Amino acid sequence: MDIHEYQAKELLKRFGVNVPRGGIAYSPEQAVYRAQELSGDKCVVKAQIHSGARGKAGGVRVCSSDEEIADAASWMLGRKLVTHQTGPQGKLVGRLYVEEATDIRQEIYLGFVMDRTEERVVVVASAQGGMEIEDISANEPDSIIRSVVDPAVGMQAFQAREIAFQLGLDPSLIAQASKTITGAYKMMDQLDASMLEINPLVVTGSGEIVALDCKVSFDDNALFRHPEISELRDKSQEDARETYAGDRGLNYIGLEGEIGCIVNGAGLAMATLDMIKMAGGEPANFLDVGGGASPERVLMSFKAVLNDPNVEAVLVNIFAGINRCDWIAEGVVRAVQELDLKLPLVVRLSGTNVEEGRKILAESDLNITTAETLAEAAEKVVSAWRMAEAKNGRAA
Amino acid sequence: MAILIDKNSKVLVTGLTGRIGSFHAQEMRDYGTNVVGGVTPGKGGMVHNGLPVFNTVKGAVAETGADMVIAFVPPPFAADSIMEAADAGIRTCICIADGIPTQDMIRVKRYMRRYKAENRMRLIGPNCAGIITPGQGFAGLMPPHIYLPGRVGIIGRSGTLGYEAASQMKARGIGVSSSIGIGGDPINGSSFRDILELFENDPETDAVVLVGEIGGPQEAEAAEYIRDHMTKPVAAYIAGLSAPKGRRMGHAGAIVSAFGESAQEKVEILKDCGVTIVPTPSAFGEAVETMLAA
Repeated sequence: MDIHEYQAKELLKRFGVNVPRGGIAYSPEQAVYRAQELSGDKCVVKAQIHSGARGKAGGVRVCSSDEEIADAASWMLGRKLVTHQTGPQGKLVGRLYVEEATDIRQEIYLGFVMDRTEERVVVVASAQGGMEIEDISANEPDSIIRSVVDPAVGMQAFQAREIAFQLGLDPSLIAQASKTITGAYKMMDQLDASMLEINPLVVTGSGEIVALDCKVSFDDNALFRHPEISELRDKSQEDARETYAGDRGLNYIGLEGEIGCIVNGAGLAMATLDMIKMAGGEPANFLDVGGGASPERVLMSFKAVLNDPNVEAVLVNIFAGINRCDWIAEGVVRAVQELDLKLPLVVRLSGTNVEEGRKILAESDLNITTAETLAEAAEKVVSAWRMAEAKNGRAA
Repeated sequence: MAILIDKNSKVLVTGLTGRIGSFHAQEMRDYGTNVVGGVTPGKGGMVHNGLPVFNTVKGAVAETGADMVIAFVPPPFAADSIMEAADAGIRTCICIADGIPTQDMIRVKRYMRRYKAENRMRLIGPNCAGIITPGQGFAGLMPPHIYLPGRVGIIGRSGTLGYEAASQMKARGIGVSSSIGIGGDPINGSSFRDILELFENDPETDAVVLVGEIGGPQEAEAAEYIRDHMTKPVAAYIAGLSAPKGRRMGHAGAIVSAFGESAQEKVEILKDCGVTIVPTPSAFGEAVETMLAA
């Protein structure tokens, strides 16, 4: 789960990391008022969306008058900002963060990741802050500092000091930098973050170390022990299709195509998308119904898939281990009847109780195309989709 | 035996008295697996579906001589259950739970290092379908009838894709020595490389099928091991060719976040190391047959 910059900064502050003063605004008037509260002759209006690279999309503006603030705020609010992280549909700006302007002397990159090779938290830092880590590793690979944290004892003071010295910071700043690095690590550790990035972490003209931007993602599997973090969820930043499915306990990811997919098992679901692509089609979604899927869950999966208006054909691919093909078939029949499904539907069943499952489909007298293998299923659904596209006057 | 499990393995089921534990323990016994008991704290002394229940893994090991644990424990408690098994002297632990916090797995891996290598438990999973040696026994969720006993090993992250491979092989009369699900989590107990090494040293395995996917470094690490150390042929399929970058495809570990983690890159790396590529998930049977005939 992702949270907004201002929420991340509030958390950082709790862990002893300096952040600029600021306030949240939902309207241009409120933005102006927030700036007045901050005083100072300059402030920064920042669109709050779950994405980096907001500056390039016009989502960050330095303002020096009430008019500029109101202008920036009215331009941003209600707009969908498109960055390379949001996808072409962009993300809606629903709130702004108005922050005091910071006098920047130096920009540093500081990140914490779950490293899959080390199987530990790794701190990544660079004195070349301000640009994205991908660009730093491409352009300034030698500037990257890495430090592995031993989970048995957590990050040690000497590690934070080493990083601070390697960043080339003035000796007078080392204690402050160590406190910042250790504090951010503690936040990552204690709140079960899966990624925490402060970019840039800046040294100000007056010699203070301040987190100017912060991006953090939390481990969804650990949210059960952090109810205060779960409350920070902002559904407006999520794909509406994914929110609908996720709220119903389904593992769903929205994609750009027209062929809806219902599969059991994440690996098989990925492989099914691959097969559809290889057969010349475009999948509309990834959906893993999971193990032991009841007819109700299958029905729910159909609702989630059909909630996407772009879907023109549906493929169900089940290799039942814990699942039972007869239950899946029952769910399919119910879905077609209850949802009055008119779209072409291809069903491939294999594994536990496959004969019973196929019998239920055959005896239903519904317009369901069946397939024995995954390849056959993919070909059939793609050709059905092509016919649907042709009927709708589109070339597939 | 093939690897990790045979008809003599003494299997203990943690979470035996739960709905899921009960169901799968029965399936495992019906197949002939030597299930010796279960552990549910507070229910020690009970008999559940004819199996003795113990309060602790240590207590169960003392009474039954169990050497394997399959954990059907919910994700919030799974890490604790794995460490308990490791401390009780269990040799192999299979963890099914999908949804263990990553930090818990980091701690589990660190904890297991307290034991000398020769005493260290082997962890399979989490978030896996389990392990099977066809005709002998299984500890997991798989439908065992789709596996024909034979001499080809299977290692996979995904359960259902592993089933797909096994059933396509069976349709061509190709049997399986053992099939091992290593799970779809970003941090897991055993890697592809670890299991490849077991198959390489197993006299009852002639070839291996590797079922990988996007995300993480383990397929590339396996490729290097195959190139440098394996004498047996390996075929591999990588799922997620069409997966968009930065999206988590169901499995917590199935996300492309670094160089070399996409399906295309993994396929290239494996190919360069002499691995037979299974081009589509429908081509397992054909590719393995061709590889074995070569």
